[in-house]
Amino acid sequence: MEKSIISVVGKDRVGIIARICSYLADNDVNILDITQTIVGGLFQMMMICDTDKCTKEFHVVAEELHGVGDELGVQIKLQKEEIFEKMQRI
Amino acid sequence: MPSLHEVVETNEMFEKDNLDVRTITLGISLLSCIDSDLEVLKKNIYETITTTAKDLVKVGKEIESDYAIPIVNKRISITPLAFIGASACKTKEDYVELAIVLDQAAKDVGVNFIGGFSAIPAKGMTRSEELLIRSIPQAMAKTDCLCASVNVGSTKTGINMDAVKLMGEIVKETAIATKDHDSIGCSKLVVLCNAPDDNPFMAGAFHGVTETDNVINVGVSGPGVINEAIQTVKGKDFTALCEIIKQTSFKVTRLGQLVAQEASKRLNIPFGILDLSLAPTPAIGDSIAEILESMGLEEVGCPGTTAALALLNDQVKKGGIMASSSVGGLSGAFIPVSEDQNMINAAASGGLCIEKLEAMTCVCSVGLDMIAIPGDTEATTIAGIIADEAAIGMVNAKTTAVRIIPVIGKTLGDSAEFGGLLGFAPIMKVNTKSCAEFINRGGRIPAPIHSFKN
Repeated sequence: MEKSIISVVGKDRVGIIARICSYLADNDVNILDITQTIVGGLFQMMMICDTDKCTKEFHVVAEELHGVGDELGVQIKLQKEEIFEKMQRI
Repeated sequence: MPSLHEVVETNEMFEKDNLDVRTITLGISLLSCIDSDLEVLKKNIYETITTTAKDLVKVGKEIESDYAIPIVNKRISITPLAFIGASACKTKEDYVELAIVLDQAAKDVGVNFIGGFSAIPAKGMTRSEELLIRSIPQAMAKTDCLCASVNVGSTKTGINMDAVKLMGEIVKETAIATKDHDSIGCSKLVVLCNAPDDNPFMAGAFHGVTETDNVINVGVSGPGVINEAIQTVKGKDFTALCEIIKQTSFKVTRLGQLVAQEASKRLNIPFGILDLSLAPTPAIGDSIAEILESMGLEEVGCPGTTAALALLNDQVKKGGIMASSSVGGLSGAFIPVSEDQNMINAAASGGLCIEKLEAMTCVCSVGLDMIAIPGDTEATTIAGIIADEAAIGMVNAKTTAVRIIPVIGKTLGDSAEFGGLLGFAPIMKVNTKSCAEFINRGGRIPAPIHSFKN
């Protein structure tokens, strides 16, 4: 299973997680873990996901999530997990 | 599993601090293309490049998308062309024809630069090398993305002063041949000493004859990330400063290693080296000079600059070397004037002069880079600057280079505009006292003794 990371940064509002989760459910992306915090009104969230069953190509999901972010006024990124493992851990 | 903090910090490096992978460079050996018939050679070269590199740009974009990271350039380096054209090229015009083929092949596969219009007359110059060198002005005038380099010396061979003298003339002729565009041809022409075989950065990239058929070399960047990290140790001692540079360099290099491995796997081409260079761009917050200023210098060029650069260069290597399985190329900190906003500011204010830059090249990764000088500078003076820089490289067993642009029709107080990554540069003052008699002697400066290091 190849894990991916969805990160969300932006101004807090009602329904951010709900909207993202419904998009992921519609596209067969399984959520493995969610971490979330709010620092000074800034919403930060990270989801660890399994995109194996998703039929869309990775870059298509990334672009569509970016679009969902635009609707919500937050920045959403989809990235393969490896980049964080490589850059942050020895 | 990464933490939220790590994810946010990593993405801020890309978004706020301009972290990027500067280049994926595909090295292609053209040795199998050699033929004595120019037309056959042209066909072989075009087909080899367009076949080997056909997926380079596509794979680069896929990696960008998978990790949401910018990979700024996809490039090609080839075997020094003076070897490849030796049998077929009888005149310099033949080499210009090859230059046009290379430029077309690069455009057709979508890369932004192709390097390797090169000769290596470090000790002696072959007839083929001389023809290629003499074709450079026209080759640069008739192409857009071709880069030329000439290696005029090494620690083992000494300096070929005949080649140095010739390159002074060629730099000037290239400036004249491209005078309608601020002599931009010279921004794609570099004269090296101790040129590495595996450099992914332009304009000095070529695929050395010590290399295998095809290889992936990657160059990382990230001056903005280092600068941001240094802000956290303001007022602290050098131990703390060095530690933070090393830690940050490690992270930046691991990014490059990941991209290099992925590119190698997806293209099914072996991974060669990672060049852990800090390469600036003219963008705000992407400056090497700004890092030096953040260390405590009022303006780059002031006393302390060489020491600060030496520290930076060394810590970048120490942090990066553990993060990659294979390090090579030019690894260190580049100091191109026109590509670095704070360098440009210091040169324009008069605080940074060519002589100080020359001192800085003793401890940086390469040499005098992207420096605009008056268009009426004598060819022998340019050769003198090249000889000085080559001597620093030869004696100190490091790569040095000169990429200098005598901007035709411009003088002190003017500035030259090269556009894009190449930036713009104020014309800098050159010492005009003549070195013609020295340069015109001809022959070779012998290799230095390797003991009695004083």
